[in-house]
Amino acid sequence: MNSASDGLSVEKVHVWRGERHVLKGLSIAVRARELLHISGPNGTGKTTLLRVASGLLRPEQGSVSWLGQQIRQSPVQYQAQMAYSSHEPALKGDLTALENLRFAVALKRRVTIPELRIVLDRTGVGPVADLPTRVLSAGQRRRVALARVLAMNATLWLLDEPYSNLDAAGSELMSELLQAHVQGGGVAVVVAHHSLELDCDVRRLELN
Amino acid sequence: MQVGARQAFLLILHRELSLSFRRPEQLLQPLVFFLIVTTLFPLGLSLQLSLLRDISPGVLWTAALLSSLLSLDSLFKSDADDGTLEQLSLSGQGLTLIVVAKTCAHWLVTGAALVVVSPIVAIALAIPVAAFATMMLSLALGTITLSWLGAIGAGLTIGLRRGNVLLSLIVLPLATPLLIFGAAATERAVSGTSAVGPLYFLAALCVFTCTLAPLAATAALRITLE
Repeated sequence: MNSASDGLSVEKVHVWRGERHVLKGLSIAVRARELLHISGPNGTGKTTLLRVASGLLRPEQGSVSWLGQQIRQSPVQYQAQMAYSSHEPALKGDLTALENLRFAVALKRRVTIPELRIVLDRTGVGPVADLPTRVLSAGQRRRVALARVLAMNATLWLLDEPYSNLDAAGSELMSELLQAHVQGGGVAVVVAHHSLELDCDVRRLELN
Repeated sequence: MQVGARQAFLLILHRELSLSFRRPEQLLQPLVFFLIVTTLFPLGLSLQLSLLRDISPGVLWTAALLSSLLSLDSLFKSDADDGTLEQLSLSGQGLTLIVVAKTCAHWLVTGAALVVVSPIVAIALAIPVAAFATMMLSLALGTITLSWLGAIGAGLTIGLRRGNVLLSLIVLPLATPLLIFGAAATERAVSGTSAVGPLYFLAALCVFTCTLAPLAATAALRITLE
């Protein structure tokens, strides 16, 4: 599939979870300046598909490529250009929001503390940046996770339910950031239950 | 703009140490366990100094093994539970580096700490001061090896609910050579003979695990992460 050589392509992946055949030869292709919105009922393999795309899960059959290169062959380069956010915020409760961000982002790229503070301000959690994340609300933790995606400066965003726990203003911010990312030449794959009202190229994939 | 391996190693080390020191009670538990178990023996046995001297190397080493097991469970599990291990594994740094950095941090807060407090225990067990250096060296070599064996076991048992019991069953049999050579080294130091032989064996085991266990632990982790 050469059309996806400037983006992400998942080709004919088969995944079994125990006895269940979750993904049956599924193919997706997302190009630059494009957002793929994956929806569907619970248990249809949305998260599994995202984990396959991130490289966390090896499909039994099929392959995943980024910029025309199989991610198996160059996982490090792929990971440097990709930001993955699972449905849980993946933060250490004992570390502050800023430390959480630093220890996650600084492994990917050189980053300064003021830079991280700006990103935390952008997602609305600047005032609580120095509190341990265990005292933050679920919505605030989600915003810290969003700041982590943003701070990674990645071309590809893989987001699992990024809207969960966010208030109205937070959802609006999430949409705004997604839009800016895609319009700026990025690629995004988003798992979300509700419809996305975005002013950019959105394709929908319904799993069932 | 990519981050070098050395920098990434130091960053993960920093992360692990910060996390450990935010929970001092978890840090102290294995040490206090080690102190209590070893001081129970002289209290429970008859007050014959010669008997105590005979059994003290074995007691010291058994307690060290068991107390190290207490903290192994947390090596990867808490990161796996809250999803941060996934983030680390996707950080573009390679899983082996992460495993090495985490295990080194784990040894610093458990094994190294145990070596530091061991003279207190040694006094309670009537080990002569002249034997302290050999005892501490043997413990240092032994705990490094044990941290690596533990990393393999911890990597394999992440996903299991009663993982810590299985972890003990995996690690303890592998650790028996440590007990044998460690106790032998300490015993020779106590009796005033040369402990070089058993120390060489301990050092060999240490080098062996330091080189191969990172690969094994990474493979174990990769299986359980999926």
